[in-house]
Formats: sequence, structure tokens, C-alpha cells
Amino acid sequence: MKGIKIKRVIVTALTVCICYMLQCTLFPNLALASIKPNILIILTASYGFMRGPRDGMLVGFFSGLLTDIQFGNILGFYALIYLLAGYVNGLFEQMYYDDDVKLPLAMVGATEFIYGLIVYLLMFMLRSEFDFLHYLRHIIIPELIYTIVVTLGLYPLILFINRRLEAEEKRSAGKFV
Amino acid sequence: MKKKNQTTNTNKYLLAGLTMVCILLMLLSVFYEKTAGPFKVLANLTVIPMQQGFNKVGSLLIDFSENFGTLEEARKLNKSLQAQIDELIMQNNNLQEEKYELERLRELYKLDQNYAEYEKVGARVISKDPGNWFSSFTIDKGSLNGIRVDMNVIAGSGLVGIVTEVGPTWATVRSIIDDSSNMGGMVLSTSDTCIVRGDLSLINDGKMRFEQMENNDNKVEVGEQIVTSHISDKFLQGILIGYVSEVQVDSNNMTRSGYLTPVVNFKKLQEVLVITKTKAELTGTDITQEDAGAAQPAETEAGGEDGNGAEEGQPSGNEPPEGQPAENGTGEGAPPEEGTAQGESTGEGAQEDMPAGGEAGGTEGQ
Repeated sequence: MKGIKIKRVIVTALTVCICYMLQCTLFPNLALASIKPNILIILTASYGFMRGPRDGMLVGFFSGLLTDIQFGNILGFYALIYLLAGYVNGLFEQMYYDDDVKLPLAMVGATEFIYGLIVYLLMFMLRSEFDFLHYLRHIIIPELIYTIVVTLGLYPLILFINRRLEAEEKRSAGKFV
Repeated sequence: MKKKNQTTNTNKYLLAGLTMVCILLMLLSVFYEKTAGPFKVLANLTVIPMQQGFNKVGSLLIDFSENFGTLEEARKLNKSLQAQIDELIMQNNNLQEEKYELERLRELYKLDQNYAEYEKVGARVISKDPGNWFSSFTIDKGSLNGIRVDMNVIAGSGLVGIVTEVGPTWATVRSIIDDSSNMGGMVLSTSDTCIVRGDLSLINDGKMRFEQMENNDNKVEVGEQIVTSHISDKFLQGILIGYVSEVQVDSNNMTRSGYLTPVVNFKKLQEVLVITKTKAELTGTDITQEDAGAAQPAETEAGGEDGNGAEEGQPSGNEPPEGQPAENGTGEGAPPEEGTAQGESTGEGAQEDMPAGGEAGGTEGQ
């Protein structure tokens, strides 16, 4: 049982690292009109509603922290945003079914939109950049659309990893009974 | 049921705990700059080597795929290039001659300030900011290679940005098109200074904004070069930023603003050069003093104007144009030589300029 848990932790940590890495290295090259999708939001939100608030929070916290360490001005800023995103998504765990793809898309979309709003509010409006509509039209909405499109490809992958781990957990739990 | 309650409780504790950690980190990093130290070591052990690896794999793959399709092309190209080489050798010889002549002339004119002579270190861009809001990137050289905060980064012939954070084997560079970037620029031909700002809404058009350039008799035309200015305390003087693409007189009739096109293509940035001398070293300014304002170089200038604008924004609106002597002090933001140049001929005009510039800065800063 313990081994399975450690395995889950390692796999999750690796997923976070790889997603962050892709976000920083691969996706800037795939940017359309200098907009890149935000796969860290996809990851955080998916872990939230697939595994509950605790895992969502942890995944969010660490992906945010990585961003902060390398690119943030203030340590802990992105960590807090992603942490809350993971937690709020975790609250929707009960409504979530594996096979339904609508809820994940809607959740990722909503999270991404709110994330865009928060970043605008805290990092741009407070520096007196008041042209909200421009930022909405040129950054927030395109990023939202691109992210949702990427979700269609990435979400089944995360789901697959999660199912594999869950199946293993069930099997080892069965052995003890 | 009870078990479920327990888990929701632990979740709440975890949420509260991690939130506290985040807030604590934010406060710490605001008040104490070295907070990021241990985390940097962490990043250095985990993320950076992987990013470097990713990058190598990426460039290998590109090389690999290119190897195949282009063999035939390469042969053809080889022939034509051989012909070109012969031609170029001839040209090169001619140019060599001219180069020696140029060097002699340069010496005569003492133009050895050219930034080609700064010592530079080449570095590779290994990762870029994960979000869409800011445009900073990481390079694969760090303090072990002699990189330090505030070093200027160039690529090709133009300015790219400034080093804002340094780890042992990596450094983060904030590019000049980043929305929080703000620096002193100067028109090369007329030495008129201005403030060059990165603007997120202009990134897609490949442009940047410049503002607060004095509206004097000097003509600034489209296509003129804008370089880093002599009043910037972080950027070395005379590095090319870009070419003016649009200029207009502001509605206050005293300053000019417009757009410029940076010379560097920020979308395809792969290798950069870091100049291993900071302005503080060159000018001999105390480095500890510099570290405090590690943010924007031009902020000190803009900040000075902001403060003045806030104080004097109101009176200058109602009062008659004869500037009082007290307002002369507000001209700190403007370069000294302009003041003298104008002060002679149109004394009143020059005095009037200062509070107006301050006012513009004030409204902007609100």
C-alpha cells in the first residue's frame, strides 16, 4: 500500500515537472499570435476535480511555485493563484464522472478565465493599465480558446495516467482483504 | 460520514496552511531579497538541467529532420556558394582595406565608445515565461560564468534586455518589450532623450512605445535610430534599441511620443550575448546602492517626475506661463544638456517645459 502511494507521488511530481518544462520550452514555439496555452492550469484543474481538493492544491502549489522561482517577481504569487484554483476545482469532485468531457472542459475554461482576470487585475490594472477590453480580446480570450483546445488532447492523457494508478491501488487494496 | 468530515477538515487545514506559506513567501520576498536563494538552488538541481536537456533534444531533432530533406538542395547550394565565395573574397579584400582606414579615422574621432568593444559572453535561451502576460526568459549561463544582475543582454546588433535574477548556472532576463520594462532612450542623431516602454498590447505588432521626448526644433524622422541614453543608470550608453516608426507631438505640445520597431526579433530569439560589464561598474557608482532599486532602470527617472507631477500638477494648470524659480528644481528628469541648450534661447519655454513633463508623468502614474 505504501509503495503504491509513493509511486503516485513520484508520478504526479514527474507530471508537474514535465508539464512545466513543456510550458517553458515547447509551447513558446507553438505560440499562435504570441499566445500560448496554459497547460499548468489544465493540470491543476484536472487533478482538482479528478482527485479532490488535496491533490489539486498540492499540484497547483508546486506548479505555481516553479513559475515563481524562475520567472516571478514575487515568490508565492502564482503559487497562491494555482493553489486556490486547485482547491476550488477540487470542490467539484462529486459532480465529476470519468466519461463526461463537458465538465472538465467547462471547469478548465472557467479556471483559465478567472486566472486571466486575476493576473490582469493584480499585475496590470494596479499599474494603471485600464484598457481591459484590449487585454480581454488579445490575451485572455485567445489564451482561453487555445487552452481549451489543448485540453481536448491533454486531458485524456492525464485521465489515462490517473486510471492506471487507481487500478493499481484497487488491486493492491484487494490483495489485503 | 465521519471519515468524510475528517478529510474535508484536513483539506481546509492544508488550504489555510499553504495559503499562509504563499503569503509569507510574498511578504518575505518583498521585504527581504534573499528569500529566493534556497529555492534557486532547488531549481538549479531539478528544472534547469532538464530544461537544458529538453533544449538539446529539441535542437537535435531539428538538425535531424533538416539533414534529410536538404541533401539535394545542399549540393546545388554548394555550387552557387562556391562562386559566391570567390566573389566575396575579392570584396573582402577591398573591405579590409577600408576597415583599416575606418579604424584610423575612428581613432582620430575617438569613437571607441562603440559597444562592439564591450566584453561579451554568449548564452543560449533555454526557457521562456510560461504565461502570456510577461516576456522574460532564462539563459543557460549564470554566476559561475560571471553573469550578474543588471548586465545588459544584446543579440545581433540590438538590445534584448537586462539580467534580473541569477542562479549558479542560469539567469533570468527581462526583455525590453516586457510590459514592466521602462528605460531611458535617446535619438542617436539629435541626442534628444525619451523614455522607452515595453507594452504588451504592442508586442504583436512588433513595436514599442517611446514618450516624453522634448518637442524642440530637432526633427525626428521615421527610421531614425533610438539608442540607450547616457542618463540611464542600468543600460550602457549607445546600444541600439530600434528605429522610429511613428512620431507625433503630444496634446500638451511640449513632448513628443510615438512608436519604434526594435531591431531584435524577440519571437525567434535563440542565442544572446551578455555584456559582462554593468553600468554601475563603468561609472563607478556604489553597487550596494544600485541593488536596492533592482527593478527598472528608468523608474528612478520616471519616479522623480511622478512625485513632482503629483505636487505641482495643480498649480501649474492655473498659473500664468512664467515659471516660478521653485519649479526649476523639477527638471531633474530631463537631461542636463537640453536645459542649457534651450535655456539660452527661450528661457521661458524651457522653464515651462519642466512642470508639464512632470504633469504628464503624474497622470500616467496614477
